[in-house]
Amino acid sequence: MGGYGDIQLLREDGLRLDGRKLDESRPVTIQAGILPAADGSAMVTHGLNVAVAAVYGPMEAHPRKIQRQDRAVIDVRYNMAPFSTSDRIRPGFNRRSREISKVTAEALESVVLVERYPRSKIRVEIEILAAEAGTRCAGITAASVALADAGIPMRDMIVGVASGKIEDTVVLDLDKAEDNYGQADLPAGILPNTGEIAFLQMDGDLSPEEFDLAMEYNFKAAKEIHEIMVEALQSRYQGGDK
Amino acid sequence: MSQGRSGAEQRLVTPGMAIGPLSGMRVGSGAIIHNDEIIATKLGWVREFNGTISVDPINSPYLPRSGDLVIATVAEVRNNLWFMNINGSFQGLLPMSLAPWKVEFGHARQHMDIGDSALARVQEVDECHNVVLTMKGVGLRRLSQGAVVEVPVNHLDRIRGLNNSNLDRMKDVSDCRIIVGENGRVWIDGSEQGISWAREALNIAKKHGHKTDFDKLMSQHESNYVNKGDA
Repeated sequence: MGGYGDIQLLREDGLRLDGRKLDESRPVTIQAGILPAADGSAMVTHGLNVAVAAVYGPMEAHPRKIQRQDRAVIDVRYNMAPFSTSDRIRPGFNRRSREISKVTAEALESVVLVERYPRSKIRVEIEILAAEAGTRCAGITAASVALADAGIPMRDMIVGVASGKIEDTVVLDLDKAEDNYGQADLPAGILPNTGEIAFLQMDGDLSPEEFDLAMEYNFKAAKEIHEIMVEALQSRYQGGDK
Repeated sequence: MSQGRSGAEQRLVTPGMAIGPLSGMRVGSGAIIHNDEIIATKLGWVREFNGTISVDPINSPYLPRSGDLVIATVAEVRNNLWFMNINGSFQGLLPMSLAPWKVEFGHARQHMDIGDSALARVQEVDECHNVVLTMKGVGLRRLSQGAVVEVPVNHLDRIRGLNNSNLDRMKDVSDCRIIVGENGRVWIDGSEQGISWAREALNIAKKHGHKTDFDKLMSQHESNYVNKGDA
């Protein structure tokens, strides 16, 4: 994130290397209910990222020491498949996946009405099948759709989005090259209906003005992705007008 | 579920969507109040009835309530009680004092063993979701024959139909005894052919229970069976 002066990430015409504008997101597709064994599931493709989320429960929380008498706990397991990147990833939990699991669980706990299910556990499994920068955002979006698909009550859905800085310019939705050689990354979990922020991380440095612009891009992208999320859920039950 | 709707508007909403202003409306299930607006908390259909606005969820887990008739399966047996799987988040507890038989301490397994199904009623649910079941009551018994089919809890109203019309039709056509448990389990008992037809009908409900053409599909399934029978 320190920036690499000799690597050009912006073209002379002001567009990015893949031809996107500064405030343009990679294409997003969402499909709900893809796993029959899960109570709720979703697949999100965000650029070249592919994230699958499955939700099970609410179920009795085991081991008992993790039970909360007044609310449910959300148990998130984020994992990248060994084949998700060009270099094989060693299977199993690592420091990064633990961190992402934790921040995702905390973000989801802020929207799920956990007090409705005391002593319960809601299991969320996020599997990254293909990775190209922004997997935590794709994972959160997938988890959010999967929770809605499972009928878990939530006060809003979370949309995972990210902005960053490359060549001293704020851009929306960094791809792999921009993430690797850029100057900053600002992933956020946004509640599109209420405009609240469920999680926010920052890697690198942004001035207050750059931060404001990055968040403006994030909110804009969140609205767009939210529409796709709603459409995915509604199309799953097309013809379902009772 | 279509009964009791007012107005022509039937909207499919997702969590977080505003479903109406608070003014003069009561908030029902599947919705909360946020900033003087009623917000959906579940994926489902908006329903307005008698000044109450609620969301009928498309998917929802079974939440036991006192008095529910459930089809339970024995998950664990102890000396003096059974732990029953009721298709919910938590197992139900059936103490031997609430069983229909005189059970001696240590002999619970002789009456019902792991995997056996039973028709029971929810006696009590506390705030921590502890569920106590009873088998004392008319018709509550061990289910030693027939088949148990699982269906989504929120499709039960459609399976039953208005005043049980769909269910009665299913019973007539299949010539089977059918009991619908509130926990999304349906017990069917009758001829092999009848069970097979009813099972198929429930599969249709499982897949298409939320759709407008559900009744049409059921009628089609029914006429296929009747025609087959005539032939």
